[in-house]
Amino acid sequence: MQQLEEIWRAFLRKPMGIVGLIMLLAVVFVALSAPWLAPYNPKEKIDVEPGDLLAPPDAEHLLGRDDAGKDVLSQLIYGARVSLTVGFVASFMSMVIGTTMGLIAGYRGGRIDHLSMRLVDFLLVIPVLPLMLVLISIWGRGLWKIILVIGLLGWTITARLVRSQVLSIKERRYILRARAVGASHYRIATRHVFPQVLPLVLAQAVLAVSDAIIAESSLSFLGLGDPMLVSWGMMLNFAFERAISRRAWWFLLPPGFAIVWVSVGLILIGSTLEEIVNPSLKSHHLFDPRQMMARFEGMAPKTPAPDASTGVETERSG
Amino acid sequence: MQRSDYLIRKVLFGLVTLAVVVGFNFFLFRILPGDPVKSIARSPRLTQEAREKLRIEFGLDKPVFLDVERLGKGDVIGAFDTQFTAYVSALAHGNLGISFRSRRAVSEVLAERVWRTVVLVAAGEMLALVLGTALGLISAWRRGTRVDMGILLWALFCWGLPTFFLGIILLILAQGLLPVGGMVTPGLKPENGWAYWSDVGKHLILPTLTMAIIYTSAYILIMRSSVMEVLSEDYILTAKAKGMSTFRILGSEALKNAILPMVTMIALNLAYTVGGAIQVETVFSWPGIGRLMYEAVTMRDYPVLQGTFLLLAVAVIAANLAADILYSMLDPRVKAG
Repeated sequence: MQQLEEIWRAFLRKPMGIVGLIMLLAVVFVALSAPWLAPYNPKEKIDVEPGDLLAPPDAEHLLGRDDAGKDVLSQLIYGARVSLTVGFVASFMSMVIGTTMGLIAGYRGGRIDHLSMRLVDFLLVIPVLPLMLVLISIWGRGLWKIILVIGLLGWTITARLVRSQVLSIKERRYILRARAVGASHYRIATRHVFPQVLPLVLAQAVLAVSDAIIAESSLSFLGLGDPMLVSWGMMLNFAFERAISRRAWWFLLPPGFAIVWVSVGLILIGSTLEEIVNPSLKSHHLFDPRQMMARFEGMAPKTPAPDASTGVETERSG
Repeated sequence: MQRSDYLIRKVLFGLVTLAVVVGFNFFLFRILPGDPVKSIARSPRLTQEAREKLRIEFGLDKPVFLDVERLGKGDVIGAFDTQFTAYVSALAHGNLGISFRSRRAVSEVLAERVWRTVVLVAAGEMLALVLGTALGLISAWRRGTRVDMGILLWALFCWGLPTFFLGIILLILAQGLLPVGGMVTPGLKPENGWAYWSDVGKHLILPTLTMAIIYTSAYILIMRSSVMEVLSEDYILTAKAKGMSTFRILGSEALKNAILPMVTMIALNLAYTVGGAIQVETVFSWPGIGRLMYEAVTMRDYPVLQGTFLLLAVAVIAANLAADILYSMLDPRVKAG
């Protein structure tokens, strides 16, 4: 807990992180208070006249109306709920799976480690979006199915990062001491190793929320969103089909910029957190050459013992 | 570790991956809700006999994976006369089934469209590589300055930008200036020669630009961090002391160091790039396999969906294997073994 407090204090010194946090909190606020903020209820049946369809913004409808004559602003506000739900729940799932896999792989080592890392390699070469399209078209559209598919496919990088951390942590003295006094593996893994990887997992979780939100919006845009809910991606799907020829920018641009807003906010928070908890990474983990090299496990000559202080990924040479 | 061991391991991994994808593809489409024949022959006027005939024709009367009954009787070879083996052998013959919608062979449709996607992805990746390398170099060279900050923010912004939305924005901006949909103006044919190809090129500009902008961010960041790493090495200091210009140091040493991570990045990126191609082709109606997949999703054309996914997966697996092999040739540590 003391560790988290330190991270929080370091976070408050980073302007980029604070900007990101404010951006995210704004969206969370909008999502929570949607019924009070939204001028109209998007589910309400309304009487429309032909002139109302794709009507441009006016005093009553600040962002105009959509192709069914409904208020765009209200849909945008309620759409925040869908995006954030998908983002946070899917990210939580990915983190639980990724952390568990990484902990077990790194801590147990041996065959389990080998098998789980090959599974990660396998999932990394499968084109994700096409796979999601296939799964959702077969399974049927629905919010929980979307969350499940995104969550089940998004844990790979977390598992690998946690594993490499665990590899360095488990050789530290206090772990060996705990082992010597007879603590069980389970206890060591949950009480001593897990708290050490938690900050890194938190940074990953924030980035995963952004990835999940973008994935949901892409699926919805391609026509596989939950038909009962209006998400930002779905609005873009309707707008792209019907509004683009009428140049109805008020229907087309707001949902897109909403997605960009929330995902940029999350990326700013996530990369700031990563910088704090893992100073060896100069940017997003995906772009760190050392992480890239880690893929070629077994090729590097004998590497020095894992560096405990920086958490640099060092692979055993096979 | 020997280089040949490494290569064998990588090829084996590629083959296992491929086998899993094929098996996965088979079972996924067998658990479809409802009878496959019903979806193939949607007409309710079909008689019971005709339906039965279709079942036999499609091999759906056979057991799915293993004929346990025949195995029990000692007929080991006959026990494998199943839907799965039929699927695999059809696949080996390049038979991917018949499209529900167009009634054409899926393999034929794919063959016709695949090069259009290859052109788009290649052009987008190439542009992204050039831009990413240049911006990443500048960013590392000017680290800590406003230029560096600006490039970094731009990269983060693009990372958070959904591909399809960037496509829509470019489409709106370029309306009237550039063609925004399709591959060629209707009426033009390949026989028209130059006029045809330049028209195709114009149609390619916006989709390529969309892909390039999205994928530049990854290359900028990886270039930046690997160049910064090199710049902190002692031998760079030596080179500087000897009077080598910054420009030459960046050009030779820094680039050399960045090549390996870049190669890996391109291959890893490909799994995402094909996802981007689906979105870009949908927005710009580019008639490649991405657009085909989108149409298959909306039309519930399962054979096309299955075939497209298989093709994309195989392409990405093969590209990754190629990158691994290329990597082993570029990395001197492997030769030393």
